[in-house]
Amino acid sequence: MKIDGGRALIKALEMEGVETIFGLPGGAILPVYDPIIDSPIRHILVRHEQGAGHMAEGFAHVTGKPGVCMVTSGPAATNVVTPLCDAYMDSVPMVCITGQVPFSAIGTDAFQECDTIGITRSVTKHNELITEAQDIPLRVRQAFHLATTGRPGPVLLDVPKDIVDPKNPRSQLEWYWPTDDEVIASLPGYRPTTKGHPKMIRQAAELIVRAERPIIYAGGGILKARAAEALRELAELCDIHVVTTLMARGAFPDDHPLALGMPGMHGNYTAVTSMQRSDLLIALGTRFDDRVTGKVDAFAPEAKVIHVDIDPAELGKVRQPDVPIVGDCRLVIEELVAAVRDLLEGGATFPDRSEWKQRISGWQERYPLTYEQSEPGDPLKPQFVLERLRDNTPDDTIVVSGVGQHQMWTSQYWRFNHPYTWVNSGGLGTMGFAVPAAIGAKVGRPDRMVWAVDGDGCFQMTAQELVTAASERIPIKVAILNNAYLGMVRQWQEMFYDERYSEVYLSPDLPDYKLWAEAMGCVGMRVESPDEVDAAIQKANEIDDRPVVIDFRTDSREKVYPMVPAGMSNDDIVVDPAHGEGGR
Amino acid sequence: MTVPGTDVRHHTLVVLVENKAGVLARVASLFARRGFNIFSLAVAPTEDERFSRITIVVDVASAPLEQITKQLYKLVNVVKISELDPRDSVERELMLVTVRADVTARSQVIELVNLFEGRVVDVGHDELTVSIDGEPDRLDDVEALLRPFGIVELQRTGRVALPKLEHDAPSLRPVRRSA
Repeated sequence: MKIDGGRALIKALEMEGVETIFGLPGGAILPVYDPIIDSPIRHILVRHEQGAGHMAEGFAHVTGKPGVCMVTSGPAATNVVTPLCDAYMDSVPMVCITGQVPFSAIGTDAFQECDTIGITRSVTKHNELITEAQDIPLRVRQAFHLATTGRPGPVLLDVPKDIVDPKNPRSQLEWYWPTDDEVIASLPGYRPTTKGHPKMIRQAAELIVRAERPIIYAGGGILKARAAEALRELAELCDIHVVTTLMARGAFPDDHPLALGMPGMHGNYTAVTSMQRSDLLIALGTRFDDRVTGKVDAFAPEAKVIHVDIDPAELGKVRQPDVPIVGDCRLVIEELVAAVRDLLEGGATFPDRSEWKQRISGWQERYPLTYEQSEPGDPLKPQFVLERLRDNTPDDTIVVSGVGQHQMWTSQYWRFNHPYTWVNSGGLGTMGFAVPAAIGAKVGRPDRMVWAVDGDGCFQMTAQELVTAASERIPIKVAILNNAYLGMVRQWQEMFYDERYSEVYLSPDLPDYKLWAEAMGCVGMRVESPDEVDAAIQKANEIDDRPVVIDFRTDSREKVYPMVPAGMSNDDIVVDPAHGEGGR
Repeated sequence: MTVPGTDVRHHTLVVLVENKAGVLARVASLFARRGFNIFSLAVAPTEDERFSRITIVVDVASAPLEQITKQLYKLVNVVKISELDPRDSVERELMLVTVRADVTARSQVIELVNLFEGRVVDVGHDELTVSIDGEPDRLDDVEALLRPFGIVELQRTGRVALPKLEHDAPSLRPVRRSA
């Protein structure tokens, strides 16, 4: 069957099972947009290409399927660099299609030309300039294969206009659809290891059975590998407490007795300290990020390390593991469970860990998360707003955040009892992530309630996508914790720059968030006192035909505690002053 | 262990890649992005036209060799990486050098070049361009010996290497993809 490149590209996306594309057309990608009119694929027209990228990410986070975005060349391609980098840092499966000037014009500084492949090389798992129309089906299949297997990540396809424009003879191809084997054979350098080495798994099981103070350090790889159930089985079988990193919130239920919550720079005292004092860290799908380890030399100094990751380069990158295991988290954890069972059936027993458990519960009692309720007439406490939001929404609500104080409070105060209910920008820390990512999440899971918790600084970066949400009838809800500041920067200036506040003040009412929301076709509300909070949330929950934005006026003096100052040891954790001096 | 005539900071990686546009750029930008240093680099197609071989001499003071190879393996177009131990490999490099050689010095330069089995490839009024190949250390020696005459221009290719054909033990040590 003869077909032109534009139609072949859309047909290939249909064949890959794509149901939604987030994008915005322009000159070079025009011929690919024409067949979209006749395609069952839903296209969501964004207001800025960065929004398309984050929507694709949000979609991928909650569905596990690759998010797809499509934009034109030049400035559109540069506008998706941030979401590509974000997806690369957080291992989010995503396929991005960019238009490019005709092949013969490449290198001539043509209108809206940029070196998309060069610019995105270091922020994608792989990228490819398609040079011939005949290659389109294979390149699309390779892109989805690469994005979703091994360590997931973003893949970009750059498509010159001449190979998709039916008026150009270069766009003609004979349609074909490569088999799985053909795709694999076409990528001779790509063979991810998924099955763990049996000898290493046995060694790991032996360490687990002998450990006196073990902790499971679960990362985002658990969610990527769909390994939440396997993780729970391992934790319960071995009776080991679990910390869930920022990227792993929801991978282990917070209401489980073995759950310790989030470790790291703003982790709770028990999660941080139990890792520090452990004798065995079982690191699953995690990469020893600096925000988790603090000063690396002082991180969990007495612990042996079992490190499981699909990406061999993560093993030994930061901390040398005693037992490295390359493989898919779900497969490896299932093997580990079997190996531990074998040892137990062979007569092995766990040592008495009651003292260790007492220490953990002692830390939990002494250093719970805490804040003081606001005085009458004072602004709202952000933690209070989050508690009310948590308690007034369904248990399986999807929560999406931006980056900063509000992100840390949400991660701390929410109770994540289900996987894929938490979406945020962890590695790159992209302000402005929340609104578009929440839209993508709601498109992926229309059956779920989706709340974005955003800061006022973040909200201003991508708020225009609420126009997209309103016109596409995507009823997300946004809670702005409006403290009129770039709050996290303000916190650092207060704590580490002698309270010299440089360029962090934003104003609480410029813009007027309620009016702005209404101008974008949303319902806008403003909440200033604690007794209005529940009613506003309930009202928002009842609206399902358009987005809702609530401007919560919060206390700018509030800081995120606990905190491990950057570059310091996790032993130097600073707890809320209400606890008095922190201790070991 | 220090091997005579080799610098332990430098390791030779032979990287088999798909012979496609942009692959060298991917390798080079990975080194730049991760802060790894390249000491020398040579690239050419192999006996199989689908693949090229990149011989990279890396500075392992900049990053552990293991991390370099693991990151290289993450490039989709990288098919195989072998680390060549200088003791078990044949290394060669080519050097073109233009030397000042007026009438009084010319015969001395030619004699020196002959001693190193080099060839004069171009003759000018008071300059000679000579071509010399050999082990990289040997080229260092030639360079030092020619310098007093006055080196006008000098170009080295960077080293290429293949494993020595030994009988008892495999000399090409593959760097495994997993840890």
